[in-house]
Amino acid sequence: MIEVIAILILLAIAAAIIVVETTNLLFSVISVGAVGFLLAIIFLLLGAPDVAIVQIGVEVISLVILVRATMGRDVEPAVGRRDFVGMVVAVTLVVAIGLFGMQIFADFPEFGSSVMERVAQAPSNTYLREGLASTGTPNTVTAVLLDYRAYDTLGEVTVLFCAVMGVLAILRRKARVPLGGDDATEDRK
Amino acid sequence: MNGNPSNNGMGEIVETVARWLRGFILVYGISVVLYGHLSPGGGFEGGVVIACGFILLTLAGGEQQGQRFFSRRMALGFGSAGLLIFLVLALIGMGRADGAFLQNVIGTSDQAWFTLFSGGLIPLLNIGIGLLVASLLFLVFTLLATVGTAPEKEDPEGDDS
Repeated sequence: MIEVIAILILLAIAAAIIVVETTNLLFSVISVGAVGFLLAIIFLLLGAPDVAIVQIGVEVISLVILVRATMGRDVEPAVGRRDFVGMVVAVTLVVAIGLFGMQIFADFPEFGSSVMERVAQAPSNTYLREGLASTGTPNTVTAVLLDYRAYDTLGEVTVLFCAVMGVLAILRRKARVPLGGDDATEDRK
Repeated sequence: MNGNPSNNGMGEIVETVARWLRGFILVYGISVVLYGHLSPGGGFEGGVVIACGFILLTLAGGEQQGQRFFSRRMALGFGSAGLLIFLVLALIGMGRADGAFLQNVIGTSDQAWFTLFSGGLIPLLNIGIGLLVASLLFLVFTLLATVGTAPEKEDPEGDDS
């Protein structure tokens, strides 16, 4: 199992490198989809079908379709001579953060051992033990999202709504109040 | 060439296949929403699937085709209705003397577990979220896909405000 996941992760990393390195926009977008799809399979193997559905729905379908459909055809690839100093700074930062992260990774639990196995008082234990009895919902993920943590979900939904309202306000095609003159019916680009 | 998705479609073959697929995609999305409290899925996931069904129609058949099934005004209305459903259901709990905001006021008996009509408010909240996500994701798609294109002169749905 762990070997399969390792192979999938390596493939995802390879696809992610292609996303950054290729100069073809279409290849890049397709590779983003490949990364998301591989991650979805990994989530599925790790026993998280809910997250896998979100991954496929949001990253693979929505992101790829949205990017591909909304991006103009004549987009110049962002390739050029890179600033040497900036590159040195970036590499130094990545190495420093990586070394710092290695210290933290040493304290991490072993791969596959969850919090609820180590901490008996973890809230996830309560959710699993009493979730069905107190909410009547076999799907514990939904029980947490819409019952125990429904307030968070309300915030999420509101944020999504506000974001779409912002897009609507910015991108609408006709001005509510004409910008001036008689061209009230003139289209605002 | 597939052209600009906002104006024309991808041709007869793609359009026909999309027309065949739309029912299956919508049914799958609706089932993911309705069974969100029993199996993996829920309002967010099912909403994304439903929205993708309409996005497929728009991409395959052009903007007119997509707007015919799900206009911008409808999307805005359904999205707002979804948020309103969520808020009203959240406020129900406060009406009780010992209730709280977002309390799951409808109890589920032991016999009703694992059936569609169980979980109290949770399936209803899922439906609200599914409406909101499906409508607003499709709305964002149509808005982004038609950036820079002139609206149809006689299109009454072109005005969003």
